[in-house]
Amino acid sequence: MNELAARADKTNFGFWIYLMTDMVLFASLFATFMILKDATAGGVSGHDILDPSYALAETIILLTSSVTCGIASAAYRFKKIDLAKILLFVTILLGVSFLTLELHEFIKLATEGNSWQASAFLSGFFTLVATHGLHISIGLIWAITLFYAILQRGADENLTRKVGLFALFWHFLDIVWIFIFAVVYLIGGLS
Amino acid sequence: MDMLHALIGRMSLDYLPHEPATIGAAIGMPLGLLVVLGLVTYFKKWRYLWNFVTSLDAKKIGIMYIVVAIIMLVRGLSDALMIRAQTAVSVGGHSGPFSTDTFQQVFTAHGTIMIFFVAMGLMFGLINVALPLMLGVRDVAFPWLNSVSFWLFAAGMILCNFSLIFGGFSNGGWLGYPPLTELQYNPGPGVDYWIWSLQIAGVGSLLSGINFFVTIIKCRAPGMTLMKMPIFAWSVLVTTTLLMMAFPILTATLTMLALDRTMGMHFFTSDLGGNPMMYINLIWAWGHPEVYILVMPAFGIFSDVVSTFSRKKIFGYPTMVAALTAIMFFSFIVWQHHFFTMGAGGDVNAFFGIMTAVIAIPTGVKIFNWLFTMYRGRIHFGAAMWWFMAFVFTFTLGGVTGVLMSIPALDFQVHNTLFLVAHFHNVIIGGVVFGFFSGVTYWWPKIFGFKLHEGLGKLSAVLWQLGFLLAFMPLYALGLMGAVRRIDHYTDPSWTPFFIVSAVGVGLICLGVATMILMLFVSLKKRNELLDTTGDPWDGRTLEWATTSPAPEYNFAVLPTVHDRDEWWYRKQHGIKASDDGEIKDITVPKNSALGIYIAVTGGLFSFGVIWHIWWLVAVSFVATVVLIITRVMDDNTERTITADELRQEANV
Amino acid sequence: MHSSHKRGIMRIMKRGVGVGIGVIIAVILIVGSWLLVRNVHFDVLSPSGEIADQQRNLLIFTLCLSALVVIPVYTMLGMFAWRYSEKNPRSAKTYRPDWHKNTILEIFWWGIPIAMIGILSVVTWQTSHALDPYKRLASDQKTVNVQVIALQWKWLFIYPDYGIATVNQLPVPEKAPIHFNITADAPMSAFWIPALGSQIYAMNGMDSQLNLKANHPGNFGGYSTNINGEGYADMKFTVHAMTKEDFASWTKKAAKSPKTFGMAEFHKLAKPGLEHSEQTYKLGDKKLYSEVLDTMMGMGGMDMSGGKM
Repeated sequence: MNELAARADKTNFGFWIYLMTDMVLFASLFATFMILKDATAGGVSGHDILDPSYALAETIILLTSSVTCGIASAAYRFKKIDLAKILLFVTILLGVSFLTLELHEFIKLATEGNSWQASAFLSGFFTLVATHGLHISIGLIWAITLFYAILQRGADENLTRKVGLFALFWHFLDIVWIFIFAVVYLIGGLS
Repeated sequence: MDMLHALIGRMSLDYLPHEPATIGAAIGMPLGLLVVLGLVTYFKKWRYLWNFVTSLDAKKIGIMYIVVAIIMLVRGLSDALMIRAQTAVSVGGHSGPFSTDTFQQVFTAHGTIMIFFVAMGLMFGLINVALPLMLGVRDVAFPWLNSVSFWLFAAGMILCNFSLIFGGFSNGGWLGYPPLTELQYNPGPGVDYWIWSLQIAGVGSLLSGINFFVTIIKCRAPGMTLMKMPIFAWSVLVTTTLLMMAFPILTATLTMLALDRTMGMHFFTSDLGGNPMMYINLIWAWGHPEVYILVMPAFGIFSDVVSTFSRKKIFGYPTMVAALTAIMFFSFIVWQHHFFTMGAGGDVNAFFGIMTAVIAIPTGVKIFNWLFTMYRGRIHFGAAMWWFMAFVFTFTLGGVTGVLMSIPALDFQVHNTLFLVAHFHNVIIGGVVFGFFSGVTYWWPKIFGFKLHEGLGKLSAVLWQLGFLLAFMPLYALGLMGAVRRIDHYTDPSWTPFFIVSAVGVGLICLGVATMILMLFVSLKKRNELLDTTGDPWDGRTLEWATTSPAPEYNFAVLPTVHDRDEWWYRKQHGIKASDDGEIKDITVPKNSALGIYIAVTGGLFSFGVIWHIWWLVAVSFVATVVLIITRVMDDNTERTITADELRQEANV
Repeated sequence: MHSSHKRGIMRIMKRGVGVGIGVIIAVILIVGSWLLVRNVHFDVLSPSGEIADQQRNLLIFTLCLSALVVIPVYTMLGMFAWRYSEKNPRSAKTYRPDWHKNTILEIFWWGIPIAMIGILSVVTWQTSHALDPYKRLASDQKTVNVQVIALQWKWLFIYPDYGIATVNQLPVPEKAPIHFNITADAPMSAFWIPALGSQIYAMNGMDSQLNLKANHPGNFGGYSTNINGEGYADMKFTVHAMTKEDFASWTKKAAKSPKTFGMAEFHKLAKPGLEHSEQTYKLGDKKLYSEVLDTMMGMGGMDMSGGKM
């Protein structure tokens, strides 16, 4: 294995490993949410405030962005730079829409008296979902940086690896969101 | 919120220290720092120092870890001296030299510092120093990440010590159980200092875990299969696996406590649905793997030391690997034994108790394997072996009391008493500390080019062993007499002689550390007599001894091709030379980078801002951290070349 | 021949001096330890309660079982270090550098620990259930119910069946089972009477249970083992175990105490502060304990009783 390939190999592997540790972090937040989801202190429960159809919209947006991201990464690897640029841009737009919807939900809850300070259930909900949102935000910063780099450099072997890692990160966040959708919105919202 | 408070958050002059002990520390620490900076200026070493601290060479990073750890050892030991000075006199109506509040901060700092900065620091230091060399490679998988890890560790350490000068530290014990550490009972900045020191250092540790794991899996010399690695490398493999699975739990849990304290959330509060028992489960789900993370590298060190000094192959290599792996698995399913007394019922308690006792099996097997490595060897009792002898004697005792406490019904009578305190110091000092001291002695010549003075090394081992016995055996007795932990005064005068003996023991340990520092100076002065001219001072078995002492920055001019376990021994037996590995070619090594330092600074400022509610600082430092990371990630020009000619020149020197 | 003989004697003497010093230190430590513990009373080793008795026996059993491993390990450590040291001329003859496996030996020292831990596991299972704090004690005597509320930094004891409340003191009849319900209005502490047996956590909004029995009259120390703030070291109480008759007359007298303890007094007592004195009250509100528990529970705690209240 030549040196460049060896470096790409260990970086990819290392990034997968990092994603596994991030999975453990989310697992801790999930576990805490599950234990605390009924600790509503007499206030609202998931059934009262969680809207699965709203979350479904968010899910479709994020899933779509995962598709565009995956194709963008492949396009860049096969030197289809213009396609990659467009799809990466769309991914960013979809990510921003997702965050907008999420922030809208948060603000609505907070202003009507159901903020993270009102009960253990709400603390758990906001923290789990916002941690995912924070990861999405960092992913968007990453995506914008890559977009800018592609604009500057066009096709670049070093960038190929980095675009691939970003795609991996984005897909990972998508998977975490599926769990949030299922556990928080479906189970929590429909119970 | 008025302008002043928007600018400085909740900082105020009230938070300056007002007790003699804390005032003394608040003046002494900056003074010490000034002295060091003054010395560096006097000897005109700023350029050298800057090149050193911005280096991405694992060996240099390892040295920095060890230096910080030793400094923190002195700090942690002074905390211990304060604790024992207090309990030696605070009986009946007498109060000790320290107020209760100070005492509670002191034992909290003592535990936090010893685990997070001394033990973890020594561990990462030794892994950095030895692992790439013994794997026959140049560096770890991600050298820049390695630097970030170290500087985050240093930032956590600085934050923890800074609390002495301004704000005070937590008084809730090294694990900070809520609801005591919630705003309701603890509104001040102390607990927040504790949370964020650990949080930053924890992120550094997690990154190191990933780094070393990938190094072992992906970066070994050609021909080195996993089953040909030295046992120390195996111990690092299982340790990092544990690290990667456990530390995210710590990050999540500390974050939740911070959210409770900073954003009014209710994860672990007494009201509005909070559940302190959840914290206890989460923190120990991290905390138990943590202690195995600490001790398994020590086990690995002893495997290499005993094998080398007995001049024999390690007995039962595959069994040692299996035992390490078994210990790793089991350490994940025993955490509840830290709170048998929370009332989970017979079934749950029994399950965790049995799983805890089961860990004694692979651990015991390892002890037998070490003993039978000595069997029919020709043992050279250098200082590193003296530490091993002390380890077997001490750690076995600690294991016995551990098995005792693994039985829930027994634990009900000794939990949270001084018996427990004696047990965990028993295994941590006997296992972790003695192991790391052995490792430092063993690898010192490789890093610095000269051996440590043997006589003083052995004397320090004796002082530590005696000191340990005197400091902690009385605590076993005290626990059985009903003395609980963390008390700053007591009424029963029959306890006092025991506390006094314990204080003498701590004094002996301090003498042991003083002897080690003396050993350092004497070894430096006598280095020409102690010089390691061959690179192989112990007639070693593994690849780190195949290089010069000190090893060059790039470790090996040509990466060795590995034939067998104990590859260096094999080469010596079969007359294989470095030139057989192939022709010298150009190599690339990482350039220096100061970004690790900068990220630690912005991370530290972020934490400081959260602690003191300086929200603009939090925002600015967050943005700065992101910018710094992007700067590095998008930089493709991070390596420099060393030409084959330069390598050949160095090889001939 | 003569000079190497002398060298041999010098070597043995040097090692003898080393061993001699070691032996002297060991003797000093052992004699010193004996002197230290000679006149001390160990609550856990010489207990006065039925539960603590069984726990002490368990301790001795486990120590003896562990000795089966510890003694051989120490012996081998000493023997091998002596025999195979390079300074011992015999070690050159016995040297086998490539001997690194022996299946029979390994089976042996996997097998013995497995057997021992097997025994210990059975004992663990059995005692975890037999000595479960929630398990009621069998007795022909009437059970005394005590409700415990841990506060900063004092202990409140409520005797609902007798209409008594006490602070920092716990009179009980000997040989009768005492059933404790334990909660707190303070950061987590723990309720422990080493002379009588097990400890258990006292937590806000939770109801823990403990069952103990005193074997004979006496005064026994009670402590908190979990730090709950600045006054934690002062959070002690005394168990006054007395004869059945003495206890009966105490309950009659205490129920007629001049001071009454109700919710108002509770709120005052619950404020953080040191309280060293022992106090006795007439119980003004029989439901005080459940009211305190419900208030904290209503704030979101969990019922630990598993329905066995």
